[in-house]
Amino acid sequence: MFKSKDLLGIKELTPEEIYHILDSASGFKDVLKRDIKKVPPLRGKTVVNLFFEPSTRTRISFELAAKRLSADVINFSITTSSVVKGETLKDTALTIKALGADFVVIRHSSAGVPHFLSRLLDISVINAGDGSNEHPTQALLDLFTILSYKKKIKGLVIAIIGDITHSRVARSDIYAFTKLGARVRLICPPTLLPAEVDQLGIEVFDNIEEGLKKADVVMTLRLQLERQSKGFFPSLEEYFYLYGLTAGRLRLAKDDAIVMHPGPMNRGVEIESEIADGPQSVILEQVTNGLAVRMAVLYLLAGVKK
Amino acid sequence: MSKKILDNNDINRAIRRMAHEIVEKNKGIENLCLVGIQKGGVILAKRLSSEIEAIENCVIDVGALDITFYRDDLNTKEEQPVVKKTDIPCTINNKTVVLVDDVLFTGRSIRAAMDALIDFGRPAHIQLAVLIDRGHRELPIRSDYVGKNIPTSFNDSIEVFIDEEGKKDKVVLIKGQS
Amino acid sequence: MKILIKNGRLIDPSQGIDGIGEILIEKGKIREIKLEQKSKRAEVQKGKTSELQSFRTIDASGCIVIPGLVDMHAHLREPGFEYKETIATGTKAAARGGFTTVCCMPNTNPVNDNIAVTEFIIEKAIKEGSCTVYPIGAITKSQKNEELAELEALKRTGCVAFSDDGRPVTNSLIMRRALEYSKIFDVPIISHCEDLYLSEGGVMNEGFVSTILGLRGIPKAAEEIMAARDIALCALTGGRLHIAHVSSEGSVKLIRDAKSRGINVTAETCPHYFSLTDEALISYDTNLKVNPPVRTKQDVEAVKEGLKDGAIDVIATDHAPHHIDDKVREFDSAAFGISGLETAFALGLQLVAQGAIDLKQLIMTMTITPSRIMGIPKGTLAEDADADVAIINLENSFVVDPSRFLSKGKNSPFNGWTLKGTIEKTIAMGKVYDWT
Repeated sequence: MFKSKDLLGIKELTPEEIYHILDSASGFKDVLKRDIKKVPPLRGKTVVNLFFEPSTRTRISFELAAKRLSADVINFSITTSSVVKGETLKDTALTIKALGADFVVIRHSSAGVPHFLSRLLDISVINAGDGSNEHPTQALLDLFTILSYKKKIKGLVIAIIGDITHSRVARSDIYAFTKLGARVRLICPPTLLPAEVDQLGIEVFDNIEEGLKKADVVMTLRLQLERQSKGFFPSLEEYFYLYGLTAGRLRLAKDDAIVMHPGPMNRGVEIESEIADGPQSVILEQVTNGLAVRMAVLYLLAGVKK
Repeated sequence: MSKKILDNNDINRAIRRMAHEIVEKNKGIENLCLVGIQKGGVILAKRLSSEIEAIENCVIDVGALDITFYRDDLNTKEEQPVVKKTDIPCTINNKTVVLVDDVLFTGRSIRAAMDALIDFGRPAHIQLAVLIDRGHRELPIRSDYVGKNIPTSFNDSIEVFIDEEGKKDKVVLIKGQS
Repeated sequence: MKILIKNGRLIDPSQGIDGIGEILIEKGKIREIKLEQKSKRAEVQKGKTSELQSFRTIDASGCIVIPGLVDMHAHLREPGFEYKETIATGTKAAARGGFTTVCCMPNTNPVNDNIAVTEFIIEKAIKEGSCTVYPIGAITKSQKNEELAELEALKRTGCVAFSDDGRPVTNSLIMRRALEYSKIFDVPIISHCEDLYLSEGGVMNEGFVSTILGLRGIPKAAEEIMAARDIALCALTGGRLHIAHVSSEGSVKLIRDAKSRGINVTAETCPHYFSLTDEALISYDTNLKVNPPVRTKQDVEAVKEGLKDGAIDVIATDHAPHHIDDKVREFDSAAFGISGLETAFALGLQLVAQGAIDLKQLIMTMTITPSRIMGIPKGTLAEDADADVAIINLENSFVVDPSRFLSKGKNSPFNGWTLKGTIEKTIAMGKVYDWT
């Protein structure tokens, strides 16, 4: 089923592979409900979390996923500044190889770094976010969460609001949702829309009210606050006025629409607190599902012949 | 080359006999539960439980156990096994758990099943019921209840077809290349 | 020593020559060029053998014999970046690629904005070089965009053009002054067209491919805006503008339009802009990272069209060798540039094979036209010219293997490509390099 030793992105996956991961994830979700939440398939394996960007959530999620599968985990957090001073990425990769690791989970601010590592190493490389390229496990957990509420993906209207240009989550989500037959709408100011993105088979709205109409799923993205100083929009207040998810706007979506956010949230910037904590929000469910999905990914890659 | 070695009636008789043996050995069904190993053992466990319930005229707990995470061949298989449902409906602490599987071969699945089971609690006893014992054990494991002993060569394979109603049951031996 | 090249097909667009013939070289100069006429040939042969001097005959049968190629845009990296390339290795790579003349850009360390650096390059090239090197001086001091370098001193010392290549001249007033002031010496101002605000942080062409790779794009507008500005300044000043490394359809159109309006502008493109599209970047291969970036199929077609109709005058290499450590790394922080000297002509021949241009046009764009733009006595097989000759087998193919490049820079996106057209021999100022 799984041919690649790596999970570099959703781009590279077939719908069958995506469903295979999601099916396995439900098995792991059951494990997480047990008293003893640990199973042995990765016993004796070592997972290296190689994080070149600060990210507590994703790192902890991968760490716990690996530990639940009985793997040993090494956390390698490297600030960009120390890389600039010293070791090259290649050296770091070779060090990890020499340590005898079986998996490397990589987060890096530069797109393509997981692909670079995958060429350099014969162990499994899992992309935990590379620049503005992809964040495949986030998309998988988003799919898993949507499926648990909507039972299917095909035909759903999924609206993604926010900074699409710089968002690896948005890209992975677009690939994942469109591959499984959802209708994806991107809602953002034209300054935050990537070039020629319409070729991905999505609809684009610069008006949030238009874009939210009859949506089944509403996803807001985290807005990096420094985008304002780069001139993508004039002020946070204006951004919230135009694109903030409010109760009034959410009413335009379907009554049973769910609200998602990859976290961490800027309350009052991209999403109103009342919505984030409201009955339609499944944001915490996403976190739990992230664990199950990452266990499934580690488990499935362990079974790929290298 | 394949050969039908058990038919519908053979299988029904074997299950009925095993049900009686389970009740007899455990002196009733108090504190007893059946757990079928995914995938072949699950229906067999249900069939056994109906027989036992008919004999004893009461209800018995039946569960399903997926052993995928506990297998020792994750890196050697060509394809990853698909993770299936695990459903243990009752506490197994201090119970007698009868593990149920369709075919007993190397014993590795049973080893994995015992590891998996123990993650759910501490049973008083674990017993093993299998429809077919085809030999070639690689671990020190034996079954307490056997439907039928079938001598095979290592490269043969045994396919068990059973469903809930017991209408189209059969067991087929496929001769392997040696 | 005399050299006689015989039996080859001589092609020299500067003299309108195309036919089987002979070239006689003596004392580093071309003494005689003769198209085949049986009687005369016998005469030449007889005349030579009667002389008692040492004599070398090169049989070029099956090959074309053309003026040594002229690269008006290369980075030889010395002084300052000798770990990337030196004048010795860069000119050797040039000769390997059939080039006998290389104009080197001033973005060295220190920048070639003063006569000491110019003299250093010229002397070093004479001492260690395998072919002729003409330095290009900086337009502004330290390429800092603040004040003009001493263009007259640089020109006097041997610079043949001015450029801040690697960076644009962002200040329009300084660009205006450079175009005006350089009129005194009638040399071109070579413009690296890039609006740095638009290209900031960009690492590849902006478009669908950059979107799906999640890499920051450089829009074509970043190049076209500056091309348009410089064309306007050229029209305003009457100076000589040469636009470097044209990559986009819009730039080709701007230049074509400027030429039709009689503006004194010339332009070059590079093999990668007609051989590659941004789709090749899917693998995140940093060897494809170059500035300006490789664009789309539409741009490739426009560049070819420009070469065909003369909107683009020259094929230059923009040879930009880098150390492996500058390339084997994150895409975002990898260096821009392609090591191009050793594949340029074969890639150009692909255009001929595709029918985009003919062989004569290809040779022109890589010999006499750049020589004329730079005002240098190169790119010709005329009698008394320097004995710069390339002997090329058009039918032989080879597989590009950067590890065997003579350049220190192994950064080629053409690794593994099978190309036709092997450089058999290069003769630079009468010195023969035999690559067979």
